[in-house]
Formats: sequence, C-alpha cells, structure tokens
Amino acid sequence: MYDLIVIGGGPAGLAAACAAWEGGLRSILIVERDKELGGILNQCIHNGFGLHHFKDELTGPEYAGRFVKLLGETGVEVRLDTMVLEVTGQRQVHMVGKSTGYRVDEAQSIVLAMGCRERTRGAIAIPGSRPAGVFTAGAAQRYVNMEGWMPGKRVVILGSGDIGLIMARRMTLEGAKVLACVEVMPYSGGLNRNIVQCLHDYDIPLYLSHTVTDIRGKDRVEQVVVSEVDASRNPVPGTEMVFDCDTLLLSVGLIPENELTRQAGIAIDRRTNGAVVYENMETSLPGVFACGNVCHVHDLVDFVTAESQKAGAAAAACVLGGAASAGEAVLEVKNGDGVTYTVPQRIRPQRVDKLCGLFFRVNRVCRDSEILVTSGDAQIARFKREHLAPGEMERIDLPRALLDRAEGELTVSIREVEQ
Amino acid sequence: MKELICIVCPKGCHLKVDEEKGFAVTGNACPRGAEYGKLELTNPTRVVTSTVRCEGGAHPRCPVKTDRAVPKGKIFEVMAALEGIALSAPVAVGQVVLENVCGTGANVVATREFLFLERKRNQKEL
Ligand SMILES: Cc1cc2nc3c(=O)[nH]c(=O)nc-3n(C[C@H](O)[C@H](O)[C@H](O)COP(=O)(O)OP(=O)(O)OC[C@H]3O[C@@H](n4cnc5c(N)ncnc54)[C@H](O)[C@@H]3O)c2cc1C
Ligand code: SF4
Repeated sequence: MYDLIVIGGGPAGLAAACAAWEGGLRSILIVERDKELGGILNQCIHNGFGLHHFKDELTGPEYAGRFVKLLGETGVEVRLDTMVLEVTGQRQVHMVGKSTGYRVDEAQSIVLAMGCRERTRGAIAIPGSRPAGVFTAGAAQRYVNMEGWMPGKRVVILGSGDIGLIMARRMTLEGAKVLACVEVMPYSGGLNRNIVQCLHDYDIPLYLSHTVTDIRGKDRVEQVVVSEVDASRNPVPGTEMVFDCDTLLLSVGLIPENELTRQAGIAIDRRTNGAVVYENMETSLPGVFACGNVCHVHDLVDFVTAESQKAGAAAAACVLGGAASAGEAVLEVKNGDGVTYTVPQRIRPQRVDKLCGLFFRVNRVCRDSEILVTSGDAQIARFKREHLAPGEMERIDLPRALLDRAEGELTVSIREVEQ
Repeated sequence: MKELICIVCPKGCHLKVDEEKGFAVTGNACPRGAEYGKLELTNPTRVVTSTVRCEGGAHPRCPVKTDRAVPKGKIFEVMAALEGIALSAPVAVGQVVLENVCGTGANVVATREFLFLERKRNQKEL
C-alpha cells in the first residue's frame, strides 16, 4: 500500500509528488505512460516558462528538467512506460506497463494529473474531403521539436490558442510559409504576448471572426477555404478566401483527460470538463485530488505548479492527519455575470489557512472592470482589473476572515466600470 | 506616443511609450516592461529557440536557445547557423552549442539533458 500514487508525470504530477514528499509522505509512486517525465513541456521548446515560480525565463524542457532534478533528490518511485487503466472508488490503481505487465496497487491517497489532449478535427466537424496534411497543432509541435519532421511547407492555422500561435512562429522559422491564422471568435484565445511575438513579428495575418469552411484536395491538402462568420458564428456567403496550402493545423482547444476520473465516479464540472474540487484540490471522492490541466486548462505552467503543490501538500495532510471531520460547512462557488468557471468550485472555510486562491475565466474581453465576490446580498470582496480576457486565466485571493462571513454560496461576477 | 504589448512575461501589460520624452513608459506593472518598451522602439530583440540534430539520445532533436536576446533582424541568420550543427549524447542543460552566434554576442545553448543511449537509431525500437 502506497501513501500516495500520482497518475501522470507532467509538471502537475511532479510538483504534487515533491510537495507530498516535503509534507512528510515517504512511499510515493508516480505512474507515467510516456518513456520520460515532463509531460507536454518536453515539446514546448519556446521560452517564457517559470517567471513566477523560478523568477527566471525558462523553456519548457528546462522547466521540466528542474523539477525532474528536484524529484531526484527525494525517494519518490517512478514507473515509466506504464499506463493507468482504472482507478476504483477504494483507491486501487490498475495499470499496465512494459516491464511490469498488468498490476494493481493500492494507495491511501491519489493525485490525478493526467493533463489534457487536443480537440481534433472530428470534434468540431469541418466540411470537405479528408486528405493528408491536417494535424493538430500539438502533434505538429511534437513532430517538429522532438522527432525532427516538418509537417508541410504552406500552412493555414485554424484557432488562435497559444499552441497555434507558437506553431505559426515555429513553422515560419523552419522555413514554411504560414499564410493565415484563422479564429472563429472576435478575439484571440491566446496570450497577447504570443500574438505579438508569433504573428506580428512575422507579418502573419490573424483573421478574427473567420473560420475554415472547406478543405480541398484528394491525397494531400491543396486548398483551404476561409469565410467570415456572423455574430452567431455562421459563415457569411460571398466572403470566401481560398488559400493554396498543403497543411492545416488545428489549435481548437484542449480537453482534460478525465476518463479515469469519470470511471471512478468522481463528480465532473461541465464547464471545466474537470473534476469538481475543494479549496485543497480534493475531488468529491475523499483522498483523491486533481491538479493541472486535468482539472482545468491552464495557460501558464507556473499556475499548474502552484496548484499541484497545494494538491500534494493536501494529500500528505490527508494521509498523516487522518479522516476529516464530517459536517463541515461548504460554500458553493457560483459563476455570476461574465464568469465562465471557477476553480475551486467548493470552499470549506475552516480548512483555509490564511488565503484561498480562486482561479477563474471571463467570457468576454473587458476593459477597466471590477471583480465582485458576493454571498446572498452581501458583497464580500472587490478587485479591480484594467484588462480581462477569456484567454488569460485570472486569480484572486480571498482571505479566510472574509470567507467566514459568507453563507452557503459565493458568487463571482464581473462589472465593467464606465470611465 | 506608441502603444505596445509587453512580451517579457505572460501578463502582457499594455504599454504606452512616449518617444518625445526619452521613451518614457507607462502601463508597465514592473521595471522590465519599461526596459522592453524602450528597447522595442530603439533596438528590438528576441530570444531565439529552436532545435539541432542530436545523435545517440532519446530523441533525434535537441532543443536549444540563445542565452540572451538577439536583434530581431538577425533571427533568420541565427536559424541558418543552426542548420549544420549535430550534437552527440550525452548533452547537458546549458552546454554551449554555438558561441557568439552571427556576431550577436549570444551563445546558443542546449535546453535539455540527453543521456547516452546505447541503442542505435537504426534499431527498430527507436
Ligand atoms: C499540445 C500542447 C501544447 C502546449 N503548449 C503550451 C505552451 O506552449 N506554453 C504553455 O505555457 N502551456 C502549454 N500547454 C499547456 C501545458 O499543458 C500546461 O502548462 C502544463 O504542461 C500542464 O501540465 P500537466 O502536468 O497538467 O499536463 P501534461 O504536461 O499534459 O502531463 C500529463 C502527463 O500525464 C500522463 N498521463 C496521462 N494519462 C495517463 C495515464 N492514464 N496513465 C499514465 N500517465 C498518464 C501523460 O503522458 C503526461 O505526461 C500545452 C498543452 C498541450 C496539450
Ligand atoms: S511590464 Fe512587467 S509584468 Fe507587465 S508584461 Fe512586462 S514584464 Fe510582465
């Protein structure tokens, strides 16, 4: 019986395992299906990671490398090339590995850190034929950055999420011509800095409120048709632009990998597509925690690390401190106007030490605004922001003293302030 | 007055730079933004990240970066200079791959570690 089994060896799993070790657990296992630790960071070779956590500007592999090194200083056991198949409600973990075969291990606590996968073309249904040359941006990133293959020479990118933007620059640097980045929404889903340094720097046009309406070609992509969309995101006839290209990259969103979570009977939030979590990242199944992209899609790995350290420390406290007292008060966090989701979704004020960090996303671009936290008719807290965007996760810290004043629920909403 | 988005960190502050007042910057949440705003209008620079060939490690490409920002106009020259380079494992993080690339004063360094794997690449398993 392990104290803790961590499923997934990306930045979330690594940080959780390190924090649990620091918290006093001594029998910890990380299970990773890949042949190495680091998760998706291994293919994110650009810089900009770790400014919060390491106060240094690192590339993805450097960030992962630092954590792998920290892990090496602990006694955490790592099982690579091993895929977890099932987690039961009794915290039994079924797995199959290259060297170990099929086995079941039990643990007193579990951290789910499986990350996310990319939405594929099928999931968003683009019309047209099915030639070769259509890739998800993340798959192309792996081909170019790790395997050394170029997916194509003339490229159109659908979706302006960060991975798509990063790949626009990467393909350009490697000699491809990126003809356009096409975004169905009226704003980009990526970070501002990536629009500047990946598109503007290389004069790659960004078509907002546009989408791909046809893919042409028999064996290989030959043309992609792009049309403008109206306010309800329907293509406007007569606005078609035809691009001669051999490659279409899709950067149309990430889906948390929660098959194991669902199977274990853990409650899922329809908005995050991840587990519903408490203030310490515990799921609805006691002793099971979730953190990183499997819980909600993050833009910044630094936030993944912070959240995962919280999960690891909480797992340690849970194992060493025994069962929690029943009948604790719980605040349900509700999404008010302008808010798409919050994490955590539930807060137990008596478990909050001093501050409770709350992550959320807004559903539109807002200038000078106020973030309001209310409970019933009472305003609990108010925060000012000059700029809010759906592509940028926001964080507020709620002091324990304020949480104690709330009753039953908390609502987070956005109010734009007239200038 | 010029409006810029600071790219130094993911926060992406909206900067205003006044060319007439010695490139005075406002809207920056930290001093790095002021420095960026001035530099972006006088001598824009970028860190270049890419990969080079690598034999004998876990993957055929090794990620690299310039250890400081290089002038924007030299990015494609730097890319061309990386073309012919081949490393062999073992590779250490921070190992210099190319010194003073294109006379920019920046070194190109490896950004991940590769241990030497005995398995050869032409074996089926890899
Ligand atoms: C393609 C892609 C590109 C990205 N690019 C960027 C970027 O450029 N910049 C940025 O800031 N963020 C980027 N992100 C976001 C990035 O994923 C997060 O910042 C961070 O890496 C998430 O960490 P994680 O540990 O939650 O997930 P991951 O890094 O995805 O790690 C999850 C790990 O769990 C393992 N795993 C999953 N299921 C199982 C199982 N059943 N059994 C065993 N192991 C399992 C996986 O193999 C993986 O190693 C990208 C995400 C994706 C998907
Ligand atoms: S000004 Fe400072 S905080 Fe703002 S984006 Fe630039 S580096 Fe980040």
